[in-house]
Amino acid sequence: MSLSSEDVRHVARLARLDLSDEEVEALRPQLSDILAYAEQVGEVATADVPPTAHPYGLRNVYREDVPVDPLPHEEAMSTAPAAEDGRFRVPRIVGPDVTGEDG
Amino acid sequence: MADELTTRSALQLRDLVAHGEVSAEEVARAHLERVAATDDQLKAFVTVTDDAALAHARDIDRRRAAEEPVGALAGVPLALKDVLCTKGVRTTCGSRILQTYRPPYDAGVVERLRDADVVVLGKANCDEFAMGSSCENSAFFPTRNPWDLDRVPGGSSGGSVAAVAGFQAPLGVGTDTGGSIRQPAALCGLVGVKPTYGAVSRYGLIAFASSLDQAGPIARSVTDAAHLLAAIAGPDPRDSTSIPKPLPDVLAGLDDGVSGLRIGVVAEFMAEGMSDGVRAMVEASVERLAGLGAEIVEVSLPHAGYGLAAYYLIAPSEASSNLSRYDGVRYGLRVDGATTEAMMAATREAGFGSEVKRRIMIGTYALSAGYYDAYYAQAQRVRTLIARDFAAAFETCDVLVGPTSPTVAFPLGELTADPLAMYANDVYAVPASLAGLPAMSLPVGLGEAGMPVGFQIMAPLLRDDLMLRAARALEAEVGFDAMPRGPNALAGAAI
Amino acid sequence: MTTAATATGFQAVIGLEVHVELATRTKMFCGCRTDFGGDPNVRTCPVCLGQPGSLPVVNRGAVESAIRLGLALGGEVAPSSQFHRKNYFYPDMPKNYQISQYDVPICSGGVLEVTTSHGTTLVGITRVHMEEDTGKSLHAGTSGRIQGAEYSLVDYNRAGIPLLEVVSEPDIRSAEEAQAYLTELRAIVLALGISDAKLEEGSMRCDANVSVHRPGEPFGARAEVKNMNSVRSLGRAIAYEVDRQVALVQAGGTVVLQTRHWDEDRGATSTLRVKETLEDYRYFPDPDLVAVEPEPAWIEELRAGLPELPAAIRRRLVDAHRLSAEQVATLAGAGLIPVFEEAVAAGSPPVDAVNLLTNDVIALASERGFDPADLALTGAQLAELTGLVTDGTLSTKLAREVLGDVLAGRGTPREVVAERGLEQISDTSELAAICDEVIAAQADAAQKVRDGNRKAVGALVGAVMRATQGRANPRVVNQLLMERLDRC
Repeated sequence: MSLSSEDVRHVARLARLDLSDEEVEALRPQLSDILAYAEQVGEVATADVPPTAHPYGLRNVYREDVPVDPLPHEEAMSTAPAAEDGRFRVPRIVGPDVTGEDG
Repeated sequence: MADELTTRSALQLRDLVAHGEVSAEEVARAHLERVAATDDQLKAFVTVTDDAALAHARDIDRRRAAEEPVGALAGVPLALKDVLCTKGVRTTCGSRILQTYRPPYDAGVVERLRDADVVVLGKANCDEFAMGSSCENSAFFPTRNPWDLDRVPGGSSGGSVAAVAGFQAPLGVGTDTGGSIRQPAALCGLVGVKPTYGAVSRYGLIAFASSLDQAGPIARSVTDAAHLLAAIAGPDPRDSTSIPKPLPDVLAGLDDGVSGLRIGVVAEFMAEGMSDGVRAMVEASVERLAGLGAEIVEVSLPHAGYGLAAYYLIAPSEASSNLSRYDGVRYGLRVDGATTEAMMAATREAGFGSEVKRRIMIGTYALSAGYYDAYYAQAQRVRTLIARDFAAAFETCDVLVGPTSPTVAFPLGELTADPLAMYANDVYAVPASLAGLPAMSLPVGLGEAGMPVGFQIMAPLLRDDLMLRAARALEAEVGFDAMPRGPNALAGAAI
Repeated sequence: MTTAATATGFQAVIGLEVHVELATRTKMFCGCRTDFGGDPNVRTCPVCLGQPGSLPVVNRGAVESAIRLGLALGGEVAPSSQFHRKNYFYPDMPKNYQISQYDVPICSGGVLEVTTSHGTTLVGITRVHMEEDTGKSLHAGTSGRIQGAEYSLVDYNRAGIPLLEVVSEPDIRSAEEAQAYLTELRAIVLALGISDAKLEEGSMRCDANVSVHRPGEPFGARAEVKNMNSVRSLGRAIAYEVDRQVALVQAGGTVVLQTRHWDEDRGATSTLRVKETLEDYRYFPDPDLVAVEPEPAWIEELRAGLPELPAAIRRRLVDAHRLSAEQVATLAGAGLIPVFEEAVAAGSPPVDAVNLLTNDVIALASERGFDPADLALTGAQLAELTGLVTDGTLSTKLAREVLGDVLAGRGTPREVVAERGLEQISDTSELAAICDEVIAAQADAAQKVRDGNRKAVGALVGAVMRATQGRANPRVVNQLLMERLDRC
């Protein structure tokens, strides 16, 4: 497993990390080594072994459809880095709206 | 009196307060004074909540005077790892990105501590987002080991552990994802318990790896740890992974001893890898258990050797998603950018430290298109194999034992340049984490450089009681003295 | 609408993805209310704000709604399904991942019967899955659109509201079929009572995957068309997109995989983004949630509790009341089946009830700019009205007038008739005199009838009706006129 700088940059874009060139170059061999080490999971586990997400096999955990008091508006907004008119303010959004809700 | 109070156990303090021999306020003050006197050296706390602690203590005293009910551990001070949300009180996760974050709610564990009238002294330092084995990944400062101030306390719950080992508090709450309670407890000569996954609520525990994270007690004795576990464990309907029934009573049979128990020594853990000093203490402990009447058998966990690889895929994968929410929009740090996309990327770049970024990158890669099956899905299958190994071992044994950490505490800076070498600290801790099992460390003696050595005990799901019982028996036999000593140790608790 | 495509030898291939916002009281994973409107960020909590440390817990009511819809569509409920995280960064998504379902949805399979003017076809249902809604962004700046905005403001009231996504097979072949599919799905959702399903308000949303190909050849690359907020705009958008793709291919171009935005005002789609590769959402099972494994007994209980569904109701109306498929479709489309059934139950002859509803009620509603189903017409009122026609009190023409007054709240049909003196004149002596006057006044027309042109009597009947302001019984008038003209 050997990652290129471009591989590292691609992953950083997915992860929304604005890595510096130095970081990319430092991470490249580190990630390669760690992933090479981690690849040994492929040595033992075969497809007929079911994956385990939780060791304690809980299922069907639900809440009843009963309302609970929300946070008071002031508390909901208390952590906002920027707010306006009771809403969280963010800079211009460039990316097309993935959720299809705009315009 | 103040000096004496900080050397007392949690139960002694509880009883002193309950009998009116000292006030909860005096207990809190004594410990806060010890924090003030020592934390410049130790650096265990990110935030000390003096006023809230004293107010709570006075309220306990008032209620006691008025003969109103008080909690099960009324007046006992505690150091809370700074990954558990405290309403209105800064909760940083040891990260710049949450440096000024004040949660609008309390964690389930924090509610339980309040119900027990445990007095929280403050928020303890940790590796950023609990990612690390040395407490050097805190964005603020590294915490020191009270046994040798030039050595690490272990991590990630290094602050909580250092506070308890440094007699700043008799109790601590840490969180353990792949050893983050057990390893620092081992390195600082303390008892550290990772309960069965699902026994303690994760609501308000700021997630590192959701399927592994579990809060648990840190104490200077097994009995104190058991009482703290009894106080914080229990179902929480706000956590879907919380086991909806109470743990078996961890206090009732605590002193029943190990006579007749079948104790399995994990062969894979005893192979090469641990230091001579650790090995000597671990082997001696097994012999002590045999001397106490336990039947010792050797067992194999054939896939345990793949645990670390699986862990270093699963935990970063979950972390990469869990940490996506830190984007400068709703809370935490924001670094300005011309666009939302630029703002998010700049915020995350500036807000996360290098280890967190490294793990986000590993996790993002492991989950990305084309790699999921080879990495994440395979790791989850290894997890199944490890859980099966444990299940098979527990058919012949009541509990399993082995080392907690391969070495004693190492000097600050020794492993920071080599991530894989740092990760190797977790090699004995992660198998139980992957299987969700209760596991704990207790101190069994001193190893290299006169530093403490931890001994690990693992038990079947929900048999935290059996694990603590075995630990209590061994603890009594070992008679470990938890007072840090050595040329570079933090000055004793009787200041 | 897509005749252009078929005429050119191209076939449209369409699949729909419909999001249904559930009418549960609380959100998908927390106890915040799902109400609409009000101030921003007042129905939020640590969970739906994605505050650090908060955890989701599944709303049982949402699971129930999902199972009921899946069963109503004839699908299978998965014995074990789970929630995945769909990871992507967007400021209206509090955790920067959406909790959704991925490889194993709660319900799979099923079919929707769709009737258009070309007949009935079956559209396969791929899956029904549960997920959470996002918040809403307000774009500050000149246009109110995301493009050109200076900054945006985010409200998380909607974040976490439960959604069901219903994905069809690419079995739809025309805009008309797509419209019929959406109308039918909406009717089922309404019959189940799981959503108010208002396309205009966004509680039901529809994206269309559209491609074209020549039959026998592989499917073309598809465009995902978004932002249609009515059945009508869905039809327009698909028709436009099919024509665009056909024209593009005919001109030697190639359709590329992309997302397109429907602009209702311009009547056109435009590129939102080109999908160079599939998005890398890094799906993985949400470790904060556990498997959904509905007990068979619960599923059977929900199946037994399903209401009669629109298709079954339609079949029953055809069989029991001899209505035409077209009449039933018109009733169903206008949401008038309940009123029809009430009227028939109250004694109305089915044919009279359906005629009044499909002709007069729909026309009156349209004149007033109402949805027919929103008119406050009860089955009892309708039955009373048809009764007045049957017993000869009212002509059908007057019945419509009475209907107007009833809908205007001026009383019951009988009260309106009495108030306005609208009883039909069937009294032969009174009408005979009027007929004589009309024959005298329109001698030419009368002569034509006498000469054997019996159709010419219509003009004379009309004149009598006018003279009586429509109150004359036309059958009696006809008979009286013919008696007079045959005799002479």
